[in-house]
Amino acid sequence: MEIRSMHFVDRVRERLDDPELQRNLKRTRGRNAAARAASLGGLDDFDAVRARATEIRASVLRDLDLWLERFEREATARGATVLWAHDGDEACRLIIDIARRHDVRSVVKSKSMVSEEAGLNAALEAAGIRPVETDLGEYILQINDNEPPSHIIMPVIHKSREQVTELFARVHGTEPKTDIEALTREARERLRPAFLGADMGLSGGNFLVAETGSVAIVTNEGNGRLCTTMPRVHVALTGIEKVIPTLDDLATLLRILPRSATGQAISNYVSLLTGTKHDGDADGPAHMYFVLVDGGRADLVGSDFEPMLRCIRCGACMNHCPVYQTVGGHAYGWVYTGPMGSVLTPLFQGIGNARDLPQAATLCNQCGVVCPVSIPLPDLMRKLREKQVERGMRPWTERLAMRAWAWAAARPWAYSACARAAVRYLCWLAGGRASIPVMGLAPGWTSQRDFPAPAARTFRDMYARQRRGRAS
Amino acid sequence: MTSAPPGGRGEVGLFVTCLVDLMRPSVAFSSIRLLEAAGYTVVVPEAQTCCGQPGYNAGDTRSARTLARKVIREFERFDHVVVPSGSCAGMVRVHFPELFVDDPAWHARAGALAARTYELTQFLVDIAGMTQAPGGFSGSVAYHDSCAGLREMGVKRQPRLLIDSMPDVRRVELRECEECCGFGGLFSVKYPDISGAIVQRKCEHIHASGAYAVALGDLGCMMNIEGRLRRTGDGLTQVIHVAELLAGE
Ligand code: SF4
Repeated sequence: MEIRSMHFVDRVRERLDDPELQRNLKRTRGRNAAARAASLGGLDDFDAVRARATEIRASVLRDLDLWLERFEREATARGATVLWAHDGDEACRLIIDIARRHDVRSVVKSKSMVSEEAGLNAALEAAGIRPVETDLGEYILQINDNEPPSHIIMPVIHKSREQVTELFARVHGTEPKTDIEALTREARERLRPAFLGADMGLSGGNFLVAETGSVAIVTNEGNGRLCTTMPRVHVALTGIEKVIPTLDDLATLLRILPRSATGQAISNYVSLLTGTKHDGDADGPAHMYFVLVDGGRADLVGSDFEPMLRCIRCGACMNHCPVYQTVGGHAYGWVYTGPMGSVLTPLFQGIGNARDLPQAATLCNQCGVVCPVSIPLPDLMRKLREKQVERGMRPWTERLAMRAWAWAAARPWAYSACARAAVRYLCWLAGGRASIPVMGLAPGWTSQRDFPAPAARTFRDMYARQRRGRAS
Repeated sequence: MTSAPPGGRGEVGLFVTCLVDLMRPSVAFSSIRLLEAAGYTVVVPEAQTCCGQPGYNAGDTRSARTLARKVIREFERFDHVVVPSGSCAGMVRVHFPELFVDDPAWHARAGALAARTYELTQFLVDIAGMTQAPGGFSGSVAYHDSCAGLREMGVKRQPRLLIDSMPDVRRVELRECEECCGFGGLFSVKYPDISGAIVQRKCEHIHASGAYAVALGDLGCMMNIEGRLRRTGDGLTQVIHVAELLAGE
């Protein structure tokens, strides 16, 4: 997917000015957070499960290469082929090669964010292969002219039911239906022939289990199951960091992933897919491939940003983010949104291409508190800000202001002179009123709110005067 | 350097914070009154300035380190350091040690100071054992939990306990009281549109609570909320620092 994060500020403005989007954001706001909070009661000790989940993910990253080798061995022994892609483009090429090898004309897809990273649908279409998204949300986006998702697990959260009603009627040429069940049925009717006729199923992968060479897929619609069992060929496309050691570890992570994501104790479907169809198996693909993408991940191992690779893509951080919930996912301009996107996008797509993302955060740490694998998201955003400073990427006005402040604050005499001057200036601006409506030095501030007028003197001056008074 | 009368329970160092010094000295005077009422002698080191948080959050780690060393030098002699700001207290408690992970000597000093640094209401309740706020204030008050106080310092129960001890104050619930107000330091200036939309929601909740005043423990958030209330035509709702509320006049 082409990155648009460099236009963040404009994209934000457009979205704040979009009344329909704002209505939709308001309607869904807090819903997932409330569901998550309610579901945590089902765990006897959330902190302990979270600590365990964190340790599982962290320990894998310490020996990522070894776990990937183990995964490859086990998967291969069970009849699957494991392919490695340096980046999204290579992943697309590998998948097109597989399709050609097996004479594939159409592909049914269940949800995969790595497929979005790679821009797989466009690549398949260019190669004459028809991709059909079968996750309801992704299907809606695909028929809406390949609109990108705005949330990693609820891709159409930005749309209202009315918008879907209108879209279905227009694209399907049917009577408008307002009832969600009827809409779902209509999508199913369209998808059924696609499932029956598909030569290849493409899935993402929530986890890769090293000890059995399996991929685990967590879904709510059952489409993942159809995609991975009906067609002759199954390709699981995911990132190299998704590997975990054992089925036991999977059990732990499954206790916390759906709860963090949607507040479900367990998702409607959990599929564990291992190897190709063997004699006596009722179903399964004749050919199974894993395409495991680096895409900037390997570089993060051993760096300050390694904790980000623990991410299990639950979406809790964006569900709790004041910024995400105000501007929606599309403002972020790439595949990943919210706090995790603000860290991943500059790391995967270049710090210079997403300068605003790590800056456009209040560092309120709601995300860090809810993350099921304890990723210190605000710290990582701050580290990215540090990188921007080191590389001279900040505007000179900001650099100058920062340096001047640091210089003065390190020298009490200079600081107190500046403070005194600032108070005098602000009082003059206020002109006796309780607040200042326009302030040239910080137009950003006063574009949205008044600046409360300070007291007539600084504390240090008042305090010194008071103490002198007492002494005399 | 002490404020009269000397308390019998020992000295605390008051870290005023630059915003209070500059914008709202009454917060510092109220803090002194509260700490003295709790029986402590309050010392205000004269050379103190800023905890370095603006630079730290802007990615300027070098200047943050310089200022952190200055704060450590000035305050490490106290048994307790009290800050009338959750975010500046959080800077000392959580981030000072992080700044010196590669410098064992300063890391140890930062850690020692961090362990003795408290947000004001946290100190009053958890250390001083205060159960009754000395001030008089009457009216309904909504309390907003500022982010760093809540999530870095664990301030939640303490201000509520003290507010509830005031006979003429009725505390009303504020919806989404743990949600960020959209201040975020320089964020509010760099991304005014987003910040404005977030604080607007906060103001709507404040209005819906029907409170006469909203109290909180961080001056940055106060200026953000007060500024937005005034801008949108609310000249009445008081925005008050929890120290001012508890100390009263
Ligand atoms: S960063 Fe944490 S909270 Fe956000 S999606 Fe990843 S695992 Fe979930």
